[in-house]
Amino acid sequence: MALNYTKKTLDNFLKPKNIGKINKPDGYAQIGNMVCGDQLDFFLKVEKGKIKDVKFLSFGCASNIATASVLTEKVKGMTVVAAKKYPWQKIVSELGGLPNQKVHCSVMAVNGLKKAIADYEKNEESKKKTPLKKTVARKTVAKKIIAKKKLIAKKPITKNPTAKKKTTAAPQKKK
Amino acid sequence: MKVYLDNAATTKVDPRVFKKMEPYFSKEYGNPSSIHDLGQNAFRDLMKAKEKVAKLIGGETNGVIFTSGATEANNLIIKGAALANRTEKKNKIIVSAIEHPCVMESAKFLARKGFKVEFIPVNSEGLVEPRELEKIIDKETILVSVMAVNNEVGTIQDIAALAKITHAHGAYFHTDAVQAVPYLKLNVKKMGIDFLSLSAHKFYGPKGVGVAYINRQIKFKRLFIGGCQEDGLRAGTHNLPGIFGLAEALELAYKDRDIYLKKISSLSDYFWKKIKAEISGVKLNGSKSKRVPANLNLMFSSIEGEAILMDLSYKGIYVSTGSACSASDLRASYVLKAMGLDKNFLNSNIRFSLGRFTTKESLDYTIKALKETVKRLRSFSPIN
Repeated sequence: MALNYTKKTLDNFLKPKNIGKINKPDGYAQIGNMVCGDQLDFFLKVEKGKIKDVKFLSFGCASNIATASVLTEKVKGMTVVAAKKYPWQKIVSELGGLPNQKVHCSVMAVNGLKKAIADYEKNEESKKKTPLKKTVARKTVAKKIIAKKKLIAKKPITKNPTAKKKTTAAPQKKK
Repeated sequence: MKVYLDNAATTKVDPRVFKKMEPYFSKEYGNPSSIHDLGQNAFRDLMKAKEKVAKLIGGETNGVIFTSGATEANNLIIKGAALANRTEKKNKIIVSAIEHPCVMESAKFLARKGFKVEFIPVNSEGLVEPRELEKIIDKETILVSVMAVNNEVGTIQDIAALAKITHAHGAYFHTDAVQAVPYLKLNVKKMGIDFLSLSAHKFYGPKGVGVAYINRQIKFKRLFIGGCQEDGLRAGTHNLPGIFGLAEALELAYKDRDIYLKKISSLSDYFWKKIKAEISGVKLNGSKSKRVPANLNLMFSSIEGEAILMDLSYKGIYVSTGSACSASDLRASYVLKAMGLDKNFLNSNIRFSLGRFTTKESLDYTIKALKETVKRLRSFSPIN
């Protein structure tokens, strides 16, 4: 059976738009997994209810990459309310059609985006519930903990790189 | 540059083969079943082709049945042998877990007809261990079918040993030898093969023609009914250009065998060593020693096989993700599953199959392109 991708699908596979990560995203979701053969990770930045930036990572086939590429391009700048309703059929027509056995890729992309938006909404909800003071306090505590962890992690490697080796090698000798 | 590395799917027709076929389209177009001269000339040539094929595989001339390819040959043999030899006490068919879909589906067809069908597992190397056959074969068994060389991972099975065990239990042995030419020296009598399937387009012959070799001492039931071609075992007008192409291609494959094997082995070694040196996270699937040199089935960690294939295709390099049928079938390879490959790696495999027309330059180009492809796809993979 043929797998005739359209030129637009191939273009979006070869030069995908919005590919990569967003640091500290407002919303994040992973859909699918590598055992099933495809996985997408979506990252969102939202400002005043609108998608300011959206990026994705992919473990998947050409149409997995192409559908996510087109979707992210289309929903950038949309309100989250509108983006949530973006239909998979539109991705398919936008690409000039997909092979039958690949249509599920567009459904997966749409569901992945919805999941990332739901994550954003959940984050917003929890922000509303917790008073501002507390979150600030939590953040500073968290920062301190992270800083401490980094120090601990760095210490043995940077300050005395041989020390760790010695300690791990010693018990072996005893054996 | 165009690089064809999908020779396990199909091969280019050798110009020498094509030349042999040409007269039978519009000059010597007679039907071998016709009694006039034009027909009888065709019949004589047909018999010569049959003798040639029989000689090359070490069998009897009347056992060579020409078919439309290996799918038909495998259907014909498995169904034909099972249905003809079924008794109250004999009702079992055994096939390996990594057979081609046409063998698998024929076995499942028989299961629906009430036959007992059992599968021999393979080890992690993709090899059928003879002792695994010993465990499940019994007096009830009619037929055992194990492919000589696997189409996805290129592993070579110990056909003679499996045939010996099969015969010791009073059953018949079939091998789908589609991927074995010219890597294995086929000799049906010496190897104890009762039934064998071949397909011309896998060894530089034309598509649409194959061989079902049938030991005529064994009871057999035909599939196609109609005219009395092929001793009544396969009705239908002979595909003469195809048949002469097949006979010529098979002869050339074994005539050129030594030079061919030397060339393919050295190219394949070079290719694999270079890939290993230049790309990280790559693993060879299947046995390293018991495989045909033309096949390199490789796993590229954290990226998806079809994406690699499409990216390479855009650069003019043609490979496959396992078998040619996999384009329409989204399920991961059942062959790699049967070998127990880590499930995280099941969707990250590419089959490179080298051939007679592969050059070192084309492999250098492929390695360069492959490096870029893998780097690009890994740059945005969510899996570390």
